Amino acid sequence: MPADFISNLYVFILAGFVGFGLIKRVSPLLHTPLMSLTNALDAIVVVAAIIITGRHETALSTTLGAIAVAASFSNMVGGFLITDRMIRMFKSGKAKKS
Amino acid sequence: MNAAAIQQYLDFAYILAVVLFILALKWLSSPVSARRGVLAGEVAAGLAVVATLCNPELVAYKWIVIALIIGAGIGIPLGMVKITAVPQRTALSHAFGALSAAMIGIAEYYVGLGHISRFEMGEIGMEVIIGSLTFTGSLIAAGKLQELLPQRPIVYKGQNIVSFSVFGAAIGLAAALVVHPEHAVLFPIMVIVALVFGMLLVTPIGGADMPTVISLLNSYAGFSAALLGFVLNSKVLIVAGALDGSSGFILSVIMCKAMNRSFSNVLFGAFGTIQTSVTETKERPVRSASAEEAAEILDAARKVVIVPGYGMAVAQAQHKLRELHDVLTKRGIDVSFAIHPVAGRMPGHMNVLLAEADVPYDRLIEMDEINPEFPRTDVVLVVGANDVVNPAARLDKNSPIAGMPILNASEAQTVMVIKRSMSPGFAGIDNELYYLDKTLMLFGDAKTFVTGIVKELNAVAAGS
Repeated sequence: MPADFISNLYVFILAGFVGFGLIKRVSPLLHTPLMSLTNALDAIVVVAAIIITGRHETALSTTLGAIAVAASFSNMVGGFLITDRMIRMFKSGKAKKS
Repeated sequence: MNAAAIQQYLDFAYILAVVLFILALKWLSSPVSARRGVLAGEVAAGLAVVATLCNPELVAYKWIVIALIIGAGIGIPLGMVKITAVPQRTALSHAFGALSAAMIGIAEYYVGLGHISRFEMGEIGMEVIIGSLTFTGSLIAAGKLQELLPQRPIVYKGQNIVSFSVFGAAIGLAAALVVHPEHAVLFPIMVIVALVFGMLLVTPIGGADMPTVISLLNSYAGFSAALLGFVLNSKVLIVAGALDGSSGFILSVIMCKAMNRSFSNVLFGAFGTIQTSVTETKERPVRSASAEEAAEILDAARKVVIVPGYGMAVAQAQHKLRELHDVLTKRGIDVSFAIHPVAGRMPGHMNVLLAEADVPYDRLIEMDEINPEFPRTDVVLVVGANDVVNPAARLDKNSPIAGMPILNASEAQTVMVIKRSMSPGFAGIDNELYYLDKTLMLFGDAKTFVTGIVKELNAVAAGS
C-alpha cells in the first residue's frame, strides 16, 4: 500500500468529520443553498482537469481533460452565482421594515 | 524560481483554499453570515484556479482557455435560472461534477496505461464507476424534475435483480482490471456498464422521493471527487470531496428520517406505485367553502399557520401567499409557515421559494418547532401539501406512510385545504384530515384561490 494513501486517508477522514460537524449546524432554511454551495466547492476538481489538459500528453487525455474543465468550471461559476442569488433573498422581518 | 519552489507556493495556495472552504460552510450556518460564506468560497476557488494556471507542468494553454470559456458560457446561464428551476439545475450540476471526475479518472487510466499498479487501478476503477453512475443517474433525476421524463416511478418485474446484476458486472470488470490493469479492452466496457447502472438506479424512483435522491447523488458526486483526490494524490480534492460528500450524506439521512424510510427503501422501494389498488373509490362527504368564507374565517383568527407543499410550487402560488401573509399581518394576525423537511423536490425547496417571494425567513418555521404550536392555532391553511399533514402517519399502523413525522395540522381549531380535487397525494393514500368536521376543502387552483382570498380580505379592509 503506497505511503501517500495513508496520509490521504488521514486527510479524508478528518475532513469528513469536519464536514459532519459543520453541515449539522447549517440551518434547514438554507439546505438548498447549502447544496449549491458544496457543489460549487466540489468543482475544485477543475484544478485537476486543468493540469491534465495542460500537460498535453495524448490527444485523448487533452480532450477528456478539456471536457472536465468545461463541466467543472460551469459548476463553479453557476454554483456560486445561484447560491449568492438565493442567499440574498433571505431577509428577516426586521431587516425588511428598516 | 525553480519548479520545486513554485510547487511549494502552489501548495500554500491550496491550503489557504481549504481553510476558506471550511469557513464558507461554517458561515452558511445562518442567513446573516451566509453571504460571507459564499464570498469565502469564491475567493478560495479563484485562488486555487489561478494557482493551478501557474503550475510549471502546464505546457499548452489553448485548450484550457477554450474549455474555461465554454464552462463559463454554460455556467452563467445555469446560475441565472429561475428559482423554480433550482431542483433540476442542482441535479444537472451533480451530473457535471460527476462527469468531470469520471473524465479525469479515465484520462489518468489511459495516460498511465502500462505502468499502473494494481492498487492505483483499484482506486481509478472505484472512482470511475461512481463518477459514471452519478453522471447518468443525475441526468435522469434532472430529466424527471424538468418533466422531460415521467415523474412517476417506472418499474417492471425483476427490476432490482437486473439493476444489481448490472452493478455486479461493473464491480466484476473493475476487479478483473485490478488483476490485469493492462487489459485495456475491459475499461470502456466497465465505464458503459456503470453508466447504464446509473440510469437503472434512478429511473424507478418517483418524484416525491427526489429530495432523498438528489441528496444521495450530491453525496456520490462529492465522494467521486474525493476518490479522484486519492488517485491524483491531491489533498485539496480530498477535502472538498469529503465536505461535499458528507454534506450530501447528512441531507440524505435527514430526508430519509423525515419520511421514516431507509435508504434501501427509497432506492429500491419504488414509492408511489403500491397504492392505487389500496385507495377506496367510494365518495365520502367533505365540507367545502368559497374564497369569501375562507377570508372571513382567516379574518377572525388570531394565529394562522400556512403549510406549503409541492403543489404550491406547481401552482406558483408563493407570491400570492406572501400577499396573504402581508394582509393578515397588517390586521394584527400572527402568520407563520410550517416547513416539512421533505416538502417539495429538494431539501429546503419551500424555504427558497418563499424567500424569493419576500416572506421574511423568521416566519418560516421547521416542523419540530411548529408542531407544539398547532393546538394554539386558530386556522391552518394547507396549500398543495398532502402526505406531510396526513394523520394516518401517526394513527394508522398499516398505512404506507406509518411512522413518518408529520405536521400536526389536525390539532388546530380549523383546517382549510386548498386542493384541485379529491384525488390522493403522491403516496396515493387517502387523507383523513380532509374528512374531519373542522376541515374545510377549498377546491381550485392554489394561486387563483389565494388571490380570491386576498381580494376578499382587502375588500373587508376597505369597507371597515
